[in-house]
Formats: sequence, structure tokens, C-alpha cells
Amino acid sequence: MTLETHLRTAGRPLLVPYVTGGITADWTDYLVACQEAGADAIEVGLPFSDPMLDGVTIQQASDRALARGVTPESILDDLSRTTLRVPIIVMTYANLVLRHGIARLAAAGVSGLIVPDLPLDESAVLEAEAAAAGVDLVLLVAPSTPGDRLREICERSRGFVYAISVMGTTGERETLAASAATLAARVKAVTDRPVLLGFGISTPEQAAEAGRAGDGAVVGAALMRRVLDGATPADLGRAVAELRAALDLGVSPGTPHAEVSGHRG
Amino acid sequence: MTVTTHEPTTAGRFGEFGGRYVPESLIPACLALEAAFREAWADPAFRSELDHYRTTYAGRPTPVTAARNLSAELGITLLLKREDLTHTGSHKINNVLGQALLASRMGKTRLIAETGAGQHGVATATAAALFGLRATVFMGERDIERQQLNVFRMHMLGAEVVPVTSGSRTLKDATSEAMRHWVSAVEDAHFCLGSVAGPHPYPWMVRELQRVIGDEAREQCPDPDVVVACVGGGSNAAGTFAGYLDTRARLVGVEAAGGAAMSSGSPGVVHGSRSMVLQDSHGQIAEAESIAAGLDYPGVGPEHAHLGTSGRAEYRTVTDAEVVRAVRHLAEREGIICALESAHAVAWVLREAGTPVLPTGSTVLLTLSGRGDKDMSQLMEGLR
Ligand SMILES: Cc1ncc(COP(=O)(O)O)c(C=O)c1O
Repeated sequence: MTLETHLRTAGRPLLVPYVTGGITADWTDYLVACQEAGADAIEVGLPFSDPMLDGVTIQQASDRALARGVTPESILDDLSRTTLRVPIIVMTYANLVLRHGIARLAAAGVSGLIVPDLPLDESAVLEAEAAAAGVDLVLLVAPSTPGDRLREICERSRGFVYAISVMGTTGERETLAASAATLAARVKAVTDRPVLLGFGISTPEQAAEAGRAGDGAVVGAALMRRVLDGATPADLGRAVAELRAALDLGVSPGTPHAEVSGHRG
Repeated sequence: MTVTTHEPTTAGRFGEFGGRYVPESLIPACLALEAAFREAWADPAFRSELDHYRTTYAGRPTPVTAARNLSAELGITLLLKREDLTHTGSHKINNVLGQALLASRMGKTRLIAETGAGQHGVATATAAALFGLRATVFMGERDIERQQLNVFRMHMLGAEVVPVTSGSRTLKDATSEAMRHWVSAVEDAHFCLGSVAGPHPYPWMVRELQRVIGDEAREQCPDPDVVVACVGGGSNAAGTFAGYLDTRARLVGVEAAGGAAMSSGSPGVVHGSRSMVLQDSHGQIAEAESIAAGLDYPGVGPEHAHLGTSGRAEYRTVTDAEVVRAVRHLAEREGIICALESAHAVAWVLREAGTPVLPTGSTVLLTLSGRGDKDMSQLMEGLR
């Protein structure tokens, strides 16, 4: 099943937790915990030395993983050895993807790819490579993206459309920016592809909001801060379960998800 | 030699290098900047305003000094293009005056900059003061330690200096941090990038703003055998080379041995463009190491990557030890204390003059990109 069909048939607001690959020796246990707690897919970061779009938490998580000596290869090897039901989406920067190629990701069982510093204008080569490898190349839209460009990104994106909720880097924030709902609505108006909101979604309440505005949430820094502070896979699983519950309950009547999932809160 | 075009494509490519590898959030800002610069650069009023500040504020044109004693010693004719004589003490002011004027024209109220040696930070703080803009300068903690004079100058000029503690705590990390900050401040802030690096239009725009070095030098010295300049990101070299691309002159860029993207790097993507980059076999960006904070950078501008692979320019390295000797030698022979960065170009000439690489009798035009005041405390420590 492709990432997109998997997400389309989930029948509930989507939850995609983010885990930095290789952050601990037993890091794939975090993936299992996320899956058991109700993740619909899991985003795995391949740490890069210069993460241009990451705030301090994910930077620290990346640095910690790199200091452990992990490499893109070692992370993909770890992934090949796991058996997960949910799709894995790799998030990493252009330099690593261009160097390692997408076939290697597919071989490790990865079904989606997000490259935050590879905008539409530079993505043609990777789009072809991803299509050939059977990996969904997810494109991103930002609050600053103008209409015609937004339409083209939605057309060319595969898997889902990643809506960056705020003009800024990854990292926890007090509230979900107003730009999140506005952007999600703009995207929903031009595509029926799933729309996930990410960047700054930190609390169960904010996740529920993202589930109402779009089709779900990607949650990264809030989870990785816990891991940096020593959370075990079980601890992380509890945090993800809270996000899951809020997303499921947060659906207001009348949205398509409510009908599909039966959670009418 | 292959024929090279010197204008980037509409996608911002010089050959296979360049482009615009930035988050989607920044794309509209890059497009708006490109449009604004194209329009301003074609506008005689903008050009004459910039010229006005260049002459009455920055002290242009800078002279070419014949280095008579060194020329006699080395058996060549050595001519020095004196960017060290500009206001704020380096070529960085040429670029920043242009970008600050453009930022004002675009209605921006703030400048964000990254700096290594602090010269670009000082230039940015200076232009911000002049044009009534706020300035935030990102600088690696390690560079803050070794360039305290420039940090103090930036504070005097009213700029905010933000220490960067990630990674190697040098220019690479300051650049990453400035770009991250830009994403959240793009509405009212202009990213005043200090070299011919970053996403399109920066490599092209900064070269156009720095070509004043090469255009002046061409008038002052029309037919050199060799044109040489130091290369960090490569802005003083790109500006100098721009004046001589269509001549027979050999173009030589000199990098720090520990930060030699052209000589020991490979194609990669960092800080918004595809170019030659120092990286490990996994694609992680390597930490450069140079005595000159301004050359302590693992990348190089995409135009240099193109000039190098097409054969129009050549890139060489010198060691820290050669650089320190070159600073002293130039000071003792010519009475000019140049920046550690600029001394890379001098060191190459000192090493190669009289060899088949730089034959006796050659005429050499060398850009002295800046003066050495900022480096004195560092040199005092080293020589103690
Ligand atoms: C005096 C001087 N020369 C050269 C450089 C390197 O920059 P570029 O290679 O862009 O000329 C710097 C950077 O700080 C500098 O201060």
C-alpha cells in the first residue's frame, strides 16, 4: 500500500509523530511505541549537520545522534530490521538525499520522503527518482506560498501535502499560529490529498486543532524534547497516546472524519 | 579552455552549480529579492545613489599600489588593489551598501547577517546605522572569542550580536542560524548575506555589487598576467575576477588549506546552493579549520565551482603558517598590515614567484581584501 492510500483509508484524523533516527541505541523501540499508541505513520529524521529548518530541540536531537556515530546507512539498516505496520516517512536535507539516492530508502522499506530544503523548483530530478523507486515525495507549502504555486505543489506532492503551520523553524510553541488554519483551508480548497499540519504543534489541544483545520498533525519537537530529557519508549508511547486521544475526540460533528471514524465526542 | 557564460540561468545556475535550495517559506522572499535587485540594478537613480555612498562614504575608488620592494625581491610586478583602505576596512562594505540600499527600497526595517571574521558584521552594522535600519548579526562563539575587536565595533554601531553555540561555533553555524532566523523574520527583515554564497539571487547579486573591485582594477591595470585573491565564500575574488573574465589573465583563487572547498571538496548542497563543499563520505558538512575566521567555511560560491570546473579559474591553497609569515613579510616590506584572509593571496605569491607557476617577469594584480587591525590580538597571542 502506498503512503497515500494508507493515509486516505485511515478513517480518522491523522497523527504522524517524528523521531530522530539513531538518537539512542534502541531508538527503533520509540517507533514501535508510537505505532502502538496510534500513529498513522512515523516520520524518521536522518540527522544532518546543518538542519536549516530545525529549531534547537531537533538540532540537539540530531547532534546527539551524530555524536553517537550514526550515519544514514546505519539508520536505514536499523529500519530494515524493524517490522512495522505503519508507513515510515524519512525527513532529511537535500545534501543527504542527493548523495544517497532514493532507491536506498525504498530498499529499507521507507514509503515517503520529506526534504525541507528542496522546493518545487529544485525537485524535478528527485520526483522522477522517487516515482521510480515507489517512494512518495511529500512537498511542503508555507503560509507565504502564493496561490498558483500552492496549487502546483499540491498537484505534484505525493502521499500528502505538508502544510508548515508557521513562518519559522520546528520547535514547540504556546499556541497554534492563526496561519495554520488559514493555510490548511487554502490547501483543502485545491486538493483532496490529505493535508497534515506540522511545525510547532506541541500539545494534544493543538493537535486536535490541526485535526480540525486539516487532516491531522505531525508532532516533532514536543516529542523529541521528552526523549532528550530521558523519556523511555513507554513514556513516549503515553505522550503519543494523549495526542491520539485528543485528535480523535477533537473532531467536531459534520467533518468527514467524524462520519468515518464514528468519534463524535 | 571552454567558453563559459558568466550570467546565471533563470534558475540561478552557473553551469551545474547554484540554484535555490531553501525552505518553501523563503521562496517568495528570494523571488522578491531577485526582482527588486534586477529592477534596482537597471535603474540609473539606484546606481548613482550607490555610487554616491561608495565615493563619499566608503572611500572609493581604492587605489592600486605598486608593491615596489616586494616586486624587486620577487622578480615580478606586484600590484595591490587596496580594499583595505575602504571605510570599515574591507571589501565587505561594497556589498553591504548595495544590499542595505536595496533593503530600504524594499521597505525592510531590519538587516540580518552572518559573520566570521566580523568584517561583514561590522559592514552590516555600519550600513544599518547609516540608513536607519536595525541589525542582528549571528556570529559563532569561537569567532566571537578571536575577533573581539570587531564584536566591540558592532556593539558601538548599535547592532545586536547573537552568539551561535551549535556545531563548530564558526561561520558555517552562524550562517545556518542566520538562515533559520530569516525564516521567522522574513516579513520585515532582509538577509544581508556576506558572500557569493546562498540561494539565487545572492551569488549573482553579491558578485554584481563586488564587481566594482574588478571594474576599477581593470582601469588601473588593464593587462595583468595573473589576478589573485583569497577565497572564503569568494566574494572579493568573484568581484575582482568579474573585471577580468574576458581577458587573457590567469585567475587564481587562494583558499585556506583547512577550508579548501574548491581543492578538497566535492559537489554538495549547503546553505541554499549546490556548489563545492567540504563533507564526509556520508554527506555531513565538515568543519573547516583556518587561522582566518573569514575563510573558515566549508563551502564556496557556486560561480567559483563553475569557474573552477570549466577551467577559467584555478584554486590553490596555503597553510596557516605561510599566512602568518605573509602578513609579517608584507608589513615589513611595504608597510601594509593586511587581514589574515587577504594574506592567503600574498602567501601564494611569495611561495610561487620565480617558479614556473608564477614566472619571473609576470605582472600580478592582487586584491588585498582587508586590513589586519582585527587580527592583531590573535597574532600577538600566536607570536608570544
Ligand atoms: C578581509 C576579508 N577578506 C576575505 C574574506 C572572505 O570573504 P570572501 O571570500 O567572500 O571575500 C573576509 C570574510 O570575513 C574578510 O574579512
